[in-house]
Amino acid sequence: MSDFTTQELMAIFAMQGFAGLSFFSVLLLMALGLAIIYGQMRVINMAHGEFMVIGAYATYLFSTFIADQMPWMLDYYLILAIPFAFLAAFIVGWIVEFVLIRHLYQRPLDTLLATWGLALIMQQGFRSAFGAREVSVRLPDWLQGSYRPTMMIDIPINGLAIMMLTLAVTLGVAWLLFRSRWGLRVRCTTANREMAGAVGINTRGVDRLTFALGCGIAGVAGAAFTTISSTGPTSGSLYIVDTFLVVVFGGAGSLLGTVASAFTIAQGQSILDFFIGGSMGKVITLLVVVAILMIRPQGLFASKVRR
Amino acid sequence: MNDKLDFLDGRSGLISLLLLAALILVIFPLGMGVDQLTLTGRFLSFGFVAIGLVLCWGYGGILSLGQGIFFGFGGYCMAMFLKLEASTPEATAIQTTPGIPDFMDWNRLTELPWFWVPFNSLTFTLIAILLLPAAFAYLIGIAMFKRRVSGVYFAIITQALVVIFTILLVAQQGYTGGANGITDLRTLKGWNINSDEALRTLYFITAALLLAVIVIGKWLLHTKFGRILIAMRDREDRVRFSGYDVANFKAFAFCIAGIFSAIGGAMFTLQEGFMSPSLIGIIPSIEFVIFAAVGGRLSMIGAVYGALVIGFARIALAEAYPQLWLFMMGAVFIAVVLFLPYGLAGLYEKYAPRLRALLPGRAAGAAPSTETSEVRS
Repeated sequence: MSDFTTQELMAIFAMQGFAGLSFFSVLLLMALGLAIIYGQMRVINMAHGEFMVIGAYATYLFSTFIADQMPWMLDYYLILAIPFAFLAAFIVGWIVEFVLIRHLYQRPLDTLLATWGLALIMQQGFRSAFGAREVSVRLPDWLQGSYRPTMMIDIPINGLAIMMLTLAVTLGVAWLLFRSRWGLRVRCTTANREMAGAVGINTRGVDRLTFALGCGIAGVAGAAFTTISSTGPTSGSLYIVDTFLVVVFGGAGSLLGTVASAFTIAQGQSILDFFIGGSMGKVITLLVVVAILMIRPQGLFASKVRR
Repeated sequence: MNDKLDFLDGRSGLISLLLLAALILVIFPLGMGVDQLTLTGRFLSFGFVAIGLVLCWGYGGILSLGQGIFFGFGGYCMAMFLKLEASTPEATAIQTTPGIPDFMDWNRLTELPWFWVPFNSLTFTLIAILLLPAAFAYLIGIAMFKRRVSGVYFAIITQALVVIFTILLVAQQGYTGGANGITDLRTLKGWNINSDEALRTLYFITAALLLAVIVIGKWLLHTKFGRILIAMRDREDRVRFSGYDVANFKAFAFCIAGIFSAIGGAMFTLQEGFMSPSLIGIIPSIEFVIFAAVGGRLSMIGAVYGALVIGFARIALAEAYPQLWLFMMGAVFIAVVLFLPYGLAGLYEKYAPRLRALLPGRAAGAAPSTETSEVRS
């Protein structure tokens, strides 16, 4: 670190910071979905990465469809692909909850294992349907290139766009949770399931909708993912451990906690990777997170609701 | 049966144990060639980890998705010893620095790192295989259980630890052999471990150790420790209110599981002649849990069968129907969790008394083993 001038160091931090942004965005979207599900139902969905991949493949299918049928729309397909990805993951999530998850509510460890089995099945499904090789989407022109505020800082436009998307989704989720009737029902069920049922809330219906919504957000993460990387059957497993740690580290009940912990973990890895390299950045970040979790198991922003 | 052998769960338990012993000590060796026997030995070495999981997960309620770490501890310790023995200055004369393992030479190390040096001694290696995983498990266990981190959180943290471990192993390839691991192991104190005769002997050693570990595990469960373990799984707060230090007991269970896994890892290395990070990662660690779940999370003998059944099924099916195999694994896992929470052993316990009653001249309803009946309350 000593052979960089202060100005260069600032530039490096800025650049690595922005490079970490794409990772942060995808991680945050995944973690939001998982945090909603975990906060509401105490279900840890090991197949969450695969829902992201559903969104990614949906985006890929949509883009090939547009490229074939409506090539004049190619520049704008991404905007439309996002709701499509959301819907695809939402529907699959709904079905999964109905068929599998609802039998396992009182057994969190078993849910972990059953959803792992589901992840295996989904991965093989992807392999059979799309082939084992990775597929990628053609980025529209306005997303390519980068923005150079100064000579030394190079910010990819791609990363900025995903950040905007993530911000929009996060704000949308926050609004939904705190300003809508559905959000009210979710918060009631989380706080006291029996009373919520007693006042007439269909807790099972809320659970199903919540699970599907969490999966849908993972689908949006998948759409974002296609702009930074190619998609393969096992792409889901790239982010899953980090996503879990983000949720657990941020504190299960807190939106702000999820954002803060996703930011810390993503940027920590990104910046440390530059200076130390050889994957040690990831190792150190993970070690620090695990150590902090051992000292403070409830995470950064613990839920103030008494269980 | 006299009281001394009560811990083997009465007559039916003893019969199950003897059946398993007959299978792995007599039937398999008679019916299989050396290659198949070594393959079976590989599955048996996974069985050690599954038995450990039965103890800490089935009876203790502590789900660890990171048993690969301990398998790796045992495996790498043994591999380091064997590698040093195979890297004598005469054997490595063509290297830039003779006397050190080949991968270190490729990575331009010029002397043996300090933590490799003690592994020149077999005694140290054997002690390390037992103590290192126990120490690590105790540290992690105490740190987490004292903070009352349990259940899902604990499982996720063990997963994170596995990821950390694997990345470290692969990244520091000068010290650990990297992604390829430690390979080309030849002799154990001068005895060639790659010869057919040696492989057969190693198989028998593995099988015998496995049976010994089962007996030790069953004995543990019948001590006070075993009762407290089951109590902690079912009603941890009551155990705490009764004055027991829950964290220590849980950490101890986790240590035992770790030691068993390490023994498995060491035997794997001896039989297969290598150890690599691919046996330690997230997926192998979950597979160990699958073995225990399918075999029966409350049955140590069942866990061994689970490892054997899935191992052989994979060999048979994955070649014929590679696409089908992962579907089946996922489906089996889901089915076991949803419908067969006590695995094959549970099925056996449920239907064996009825089958026995059908046999002419036999008294109906032999006493079921206490392993599963305890849980059904």
